[in-house]
Amino acid sequence: MKPAPFDYHAPATLDEAVALLTRLGDEGCDVKIIAGGQSLMPMLALRVARPEVLVDLGRLEALDYIRDEGGTLVIGAMASKQAAADSDLVRRAQPLFQAATELVGHRQIRNRGTVGGSFAHADPASEYPAVALVLDTEFEAVGPDGMRTIPAADFFVTYMTTSLEANEVLTAVKFAPFAPRRRWAIQEFARRNGDLALAGVAVTLDIEAGLCRDVRIAAFGVQATAVRLTAAERMLEGRPAQPQHFEEAGRVAATALDDPMGCIHASPDYRRHLVGVLAARALTEAAARPQ
Amino acid sequence: MSSKQRIEVRVNGIRHVREVEPRLTLADFLRHDLGLGGTHVGCEHGICGACTVLIDDRSARACLTLAVQADGHEVATVESLRAPESGALHPIQQAFVDAHGLQCGFCTPGFMMTTLELLRGNPDPTEEQIKEALGGNLCRCTGYQSILESVKLAAQRMKPGAPA
Repeated sequence: MKPAPFDYHAPATLDEAVALLTRLGDEGCDVKIIAGGQSLMPMLALRVARPEVLVDLGRLEALDYIRDEGGTLVIGAMASKQAAADSDLVRRAQPLFQAATELVGHRQIRNRGTVGGSFAHADPASEYPAVALVLDTEFEAVGPDGMRTIPAADFFVTYMTTSLEANEVLTAVKFAPFAPRRRWAIQEFARRNGDLALAGVAVTLDIEAGLCRDVRIAAFGVQATAVRLTAAERMLEGRPAQPQHFEEAGRVAATALDDPMGCIHASPDYRRHLVGVLAARALTEAAARPQ
Repeated sequence: MSSKQRIEVRVNGIRHVREVEPRLTLADFLRHDLGLGGTHVGCEHGICGACTVLIDDRSARACLTLAVQADGHEVATVESLRAPESGALHPIQQAFVDAHGLQCGFCTPGFMMTTLELLRGNPDPTEEQIKEALGGNLCRCTGYQSILESVKLAAQRMKPGAPA
């Protein structure tokens, strides 16, 4: 229950961090980046992860910010989740992301855990990747060749794997403006308050003249990454925003889901069932939300 | 590999400079390097909350924080609650005693440090807010009801103008 030994660096600047990651990579070192450490520390304690070197981004205070850039909400990778949960700007600009953040762990975890750290960790049971898929989210990363922007659809590759290079640092998460008319909801099922969800669903949609438009539904906790439930999205497009259609969308989502994960707490069939129930609930909640 | 790092941490107002192994958790640093045994180590992977301390006034799990990450920061442990001069118990501690908020006491330091952060930010929490705040701390003795009562009692006594 104690981490295995590792070497430790805490670069003072982003440039230093990228140069260090590049050098360590060239030397063939097994390196992990630590931000808040709230996902990595348990893995180190259980020795699921045994990196040779830990690069701590804790000194990169320049990445700890939450701001509005011409309507786009930009959250620095080192901003804490509690800061995001408490931010009036986040609540106003991205209510779904704010609500998802409150579902992450407990306050003790959110105080230390960072927004960027969660996205880069890409735990399939995390709320964040699913939320990124139903919002217009982009990731800003800096590597030796400078900065690049990665859309959410290209960011999450598979289980705990993103398209970030080993010598790239995730620097910011950008959320395009969320139209005030747009509806949203997030629903999840966990065995205890604050646990990672066994399954969850995030939705956004418009309702125009009583009809569903631009429906986006994503599930988390069920496959190797968060996944868009496109069959249900297509089925709902243009349908009346009414409970029987939301329930049908849930059934379609559950049926169309490929190979849900199984574990000691939830069989593949149970996860499939949860996705259907939670999708219907989320759609119903979103439709009922006062504008 | 793993050359020792020099860290400077203020713990309960006292500055400490130590050389530590990078893999040392803040919880073990507090207990073994500084002799502050009040921070209890339960699960050691962030589930139980027994090791909750405040880092720069924010609650954190000391088992999910490396001592090197606390470099340059301020840590408060359960030992900071008691009045340094008189030795009087903090109102939170007294409330846990009076409302039977503990039996074996293993989880209590974590609950009290979590309560401290809660009541500083929200002096008059609802029962729902107390439950939400305590959600990250496990207790295997009390069934939680008496802990809820303890926090309510502490809040009542800590309110400005409350009789001492």
